[in-house]
Amino acid sequence: MKFSYFIELFLSGLTKGSIYALLSLGYTMVYGIIQLINFAHGEIYMIGAFTALIITTILAYTGMNALAIAFLAIFLAILYSAGYAVTMERIAYKPLRNSTRLSALISAIGMSIFLQNYVRLLQTSDFLRFPPLIPEFGFMRYVEHIFTSTQLVIFVSTCVIMIILTIFIKFSKTGKAMRAVAQDRVMAMLSGININRIISVTFIFGSVTAAVGGILISSYNAQINFNIGFMAGIKAFVAAVLGGIGSIPGAVLGSFVLGWTESFGTGYISSDYEDVFAFLFLILILIFKPEGLLGRSTKQKV
Amino acid sequence: MKENTVLEVRDLSMHFGGLYAVDKANLSVKKDEITALIGPNGAGKTTFFNCVTGLYTPTTGKIFITPQGKKREEIDSLKPHKITNKGIARTFQNIRLFQNMTALENVMAGRHRLLKAGILHAILRDKKTKEEEEKVVHDSYEILEKIGLTKYINELAKNLPYGAQRRLEIARALATDPFILLLDEPAAGMNPNETRELDNLILRLKEDEKLSILLIEHDMSLVMRISDRIYVMDYGKIIAEGKPEQIRHDPLVIKAYLGENYNV
Amino acid sequence: MFSIKNMTKAFFISLWIMILTFPLAVIKVNTIDKTVNWRWFNLIYIGIITFITAFLWDYFLKRNKEDNDRKKKSFLNIIADKKKYFNRPEFKTLFYGALFVVIMVFPFVSGLYQINVMTTALIYVMLGLGLNIVVGLGGLLNLGYVAFYAVGAYSYALLNKHFGINFWIALPIGALFSMLFGLIIGFPVLRLRGDYLAIVTLAFGEIVRIVLENWNEFSFGPSGISGIPRPGLFGLKMNLMQNSILIYFIMIVLTAITVFVVNRLENSRLGRTWVAMREDEIACQTMGINVTKAKLTAFALGALWAGLAGVMFAAKTTFINPASFTIWESIIILCIVVLGGMGSILGVIIASFILIILPESLRFFSDYRMLVFGAILVVMMIFRPGGIINAKRKVYQYKGKKD
Repeated sequence: MKFSYFIELFLSGLTKGSIYALLSLGYTMVYGIIQLINFAHGEIYMIGAFTALIITTILAYTGMNALAIAFLAIFLAILYSAGYAVTMERIAYKPLRNSTRLSALISAIGMSIFLQNYVRLLQTSDFLRFPPLIPEFGFMRYVEHIFTSTQLVIFVSTCVIMIILTIFIKFSKTGKAMRAVAQDRVMAMLSGININRIISVTFIFGSVTAAVGGILISSYNAQINFNIGFMAGIKAFVAAVLGGIGSIPGAVLGSFVLGWTESFGTGYISSDYEDVFAFLFLILILIFKPEGLLGRSTKQKV
Repeated sequence: MKENTVLEVRDLSMHFGGLYAVDKANLSVKKDEITALIGPNGAGKTTFFNCVTGLYTPTTGKIFITPQGKKREEIDSLKPHKITNKGIARTFQNIRLFQNMTALENVMAGRHRLLKAGILHAILRDKKTKEEEEKVVHDSYEILEKIGLTKYINELAKNLPYGAQRRLEIARALATDPFILLLDEPAAGMNPNETRELDNLILRLKEDEKLSILLIEHDMSLVMRISDRIYVMDYGKIIAEGKPEQIRHDPLVIKAYLGENYNV
Repeated sequence: MFSIKNMTKAFFISLWIMILTFPLAVIKVNTIDKTVNWRWFNLIYIGIITFITAFLWDYFLKRNKEDNDRKKKSFLNIIADKKKYFNRPEFKTLFYGALFVVIMVFPFVSGLYQINVMTTALIYVMLGLGLNIVVGLGGLLNLGYVAFYAVGAYSYALLNKHFGINFWIALPIGALFSMLFGLIIGFPVLRLRGDYLAIVTLAFGEIVRIVLENWNEFSFGPSGISGIPRPGLFGLKMNLMQNSILIYFIMIVLTAITVFVVNRLENSRLGRTWVAMREDEIACQTMGINVTKAKLTAFALGALWAGLAGVMFAAKTTFINPASFTIWESIIILCIVVLGGMGSILGVIIASFILIILPESLRFFSDYRMLVFGAILVVMMIFRPGGIINAKRKVYQYKGKKD
C-alpha cells in the first residue's frame, strides 16, 4: 500500500480519536464518580451542536463578524449543554443514587431516548447543513488535501482541553474533592465535601467537553441530525472502556486507539463495517482485559 | 490427633500487588470443634475466608479437606461452587442475602446443590420433580425451625430485622448440608441478648449437626465462651494459636490488640 | 401541597426549563432558504407543562419516600392485594371462561387491521416474556435482544428461500438457531459485570444488524427478503383474512405456551437460581450454584423465545429487512419488561398491550411514542422500579411434618 494513503488514514484516525476523546472524558469522569454509564451523554453533544447551529444562523442575520459569531455560538452552546447536563442529573439520576446500577442505567437510556425525540419533534428529523465555524488557515494550504484546518483545530483543542483538565483534577481543590468522591463517596461526605456540588461539577465538565466535541465534529462533517449523538456516544463509551473506565489518560488513549482502528479498518478492509470494527474491538478487550488498557485491575470486594 | 483434622490450610498467602493480605498462614480445624480466628481489623481474616471458599485464588499455599469417611483432598484452585459442593459453607460479614426473595426461598436456594430438576423437569413438572419440590420446602422449613425463624418464612429477606438476617444467613449456609461451616462475624451488630442466643445456636450446631465450625469474631466474650481453639492473626500472619485461656494471656496477642505500651 | 413555597419552587423550575429549552423549542432555522421560525407558543406550553409536572414530581417524590419509610401500600399494590378475591375458584373459572370467549370471538368480529395489530401485540408479549427471563429474573441487562429476533426471522426467510422449508418446520429450527446463537454469544460475554454486559450485548446486536445490511450475498442487504410465505394448514387454500386469523391463533397458542413455560420455570429450582443470581452473584456461588451455567441457560432460553417470535414476524409480514431489527426494537422490548415489572408475567402482558396497541390506535400518539417511552423509563425507575405489577414471590405453605 502507498505510504501517503497510510498517512491519510492515520490523520483521519487522529481526528476521530480526538473527537472520541472529548466525548469519552465525560463518560469516564461520570463513571468514576457515580459508577453510572451516562447513556445520555451523546445527547448532550448533539444538543450542543444543535444550539450552536441555531445561534450561528440567527446571528448571521445581524451581520455580525464571523469570528465573533463563532465564539458566541460556541460559548452559548457550552452554556446550554452544561445546563442540560446538570438538569438531567437532577431529574433522572439524583433520585436513583441509592438504587441499583441497573435502575440508574435504564433511567439513563430513557433520558437518551427522550432527548433525541425531543430534538426530533421540536426541530427536524432531516439532516441540517452545519456552517463551517472554523476558518481556513493560510499556512495549512499545502497539506490541506490530507489534513484540513478543521482537523488541526480539532486535534489542538482536544490536547489543550485534556491538559487543562488533567491539571485541574490533579491540583485544584475541586479536582481533589472529585477524586475523593470517586474513591469513597461516604467518606468524602463525612469529611465535609458537598457531594451534590461535586457531581454537578463533574457533569458540567463532561458536558463542556462534549459540547466542544459536538461543534467541532459537526463543522467537520458539515451536517447534523438528532441522532448523531447516539452512535458517537456509544463509540466514546467504547473508547472509555478500552482505556480503562474511570481513568482520564486511559480515555484519551482508548479514543485514539479506537479512532485508528476504525480508520485503518475502513481504509484497508471495508468501509461498510466501520462500526463493526469498533464493537468487535470492544468485545475482545472486555473478554481478554476487562479492566482496559490503563485501568487498574480491581478485585471485587466480598 | 492428625486424623481429626477436617480442614488444613498450609502456608496460605494472598498478595494484592505489594500488599500481603494473608502471609504464609497455617491453620487447621478439627472435627466437631469450634475454632475461632481473631485479630485486629484489617488483619486479613476475611481474605483468608475468601481464599478457603474459592472466591479468591490464593497466591500460594495449599488447602486440604477431609470429609467424613473419605480421603483427604486438595481444594485450593477450585471454583467457589465446587468448594461448596465439597461441603464447606460460609456466611458473610456484610450480610449477602438474596434480598428480594423470601426467607424460605433463601434457604431453598441454598438447597440447590442437593436437587436435580433441570429445565425439562421444571416445565413438565413430573411426579419426581413435584416430590422433590415438596421435599425441599419441607427440609427448608425444618432448617428455619432449627434456627428459630419460622415466623418469617414468607417475608422478604430485606424486611427481616437485623439479627434475623444474620441468622438467616446461617440457615442458608446450613441448607447446603456442609460438614465445615465458616462464620464471618456472626455477632456483628447484635445486642447482648441476641449474642447470647447466638452462643447457644452455634454450640447447638456443633453438638446436633456434628459440624466443625471456623469463625471470625470480634466479640471476645463470645469467642472465649464457645471456642475450643483460637488462632490470632495480625498483618496476615498467624501470631498465636491455642486454647482460650492460653490466648487470653499471650503477650503477643495483647500487643497486637492493644499496642506496645499497654500493660495488663 | 399548594403552599407559597411550593408554588415559587415550581415557578422557578419551570422558568429554568423554559430558559433551557428556549433555543431548541422556540427557534427553528431553515439553513437552506435561510428563514427563521419563532414558535413562541411552544414556550408557553412548556412553561405550563413543567409548572404542573414540577408540582406533581415533588409531591410524588415525597410520597414515595414516605411510602418507603412507612411501607404504606400504594394504589396499585392495593389492586394486587385484591387478588385474594380473584383467586376464588368460581371467579377464576368465570374469568378464564370469559377470556377464552373473547380470544375466540375477537378475530371474527374485527377487521384485518385489528387482527394484525393484535398479532403484533402478541409477538411483543412473547418477546417481553423471553427478555423477562434474562433481565427480570436473571438480572442480566441484554440490550441486543433484537439480534435473536433477527436470527429467528432470517432463519425462516432464508431456509424458505433456499430450501423451500415451510413454516411449521422452520418454527422449531428458527428457535433452535436463535438459542444456539445465544449460547455462542453468551459463552464469552457472560463473565462480564452488569453494565459492561449491557454494552457488549448492545454491540452484538448492532454487529448483527450491520452484517445483515452489508452482506448482500447472504442476507440480500438492506432491501431484505420478500415473498416469505404465510403459514399454511394442511394445504388448505386461504384468503388473506383467513390466513391472518390463522396466524392470530398460532400466536395465541404460542403465547399460551410461553406463559405456561415461563410460569413453570419461575417457580422451579432453575427460577430460584436466576433470581438468586440477580440478587447476589457472590452469595450464589457459595451456595454451590454454578453461576456461569445459570447465566447461560437464562440467556439461551431468552433467545429461544425471540427466535420463535422472529419466525412468526417473518411469516406475518412476509417481508423482512435489517431495518426491523434496530437497537430501538431492543429498547421497546426492554420498556415492556421494565414497565410490566421485572419478573412479572401479567405485568409484561399488560405492558405490551399498552405499548403496542396504544400508539397503533392513536395516530397522534405514535409521533410522540419514543418520547413517551423515554420518559416512561425514567419515571418508572424513579417512582415505581417494580413496574405496574410488582412481582410477588410465591407464598409457600408448610404442610406439616412428613414421616
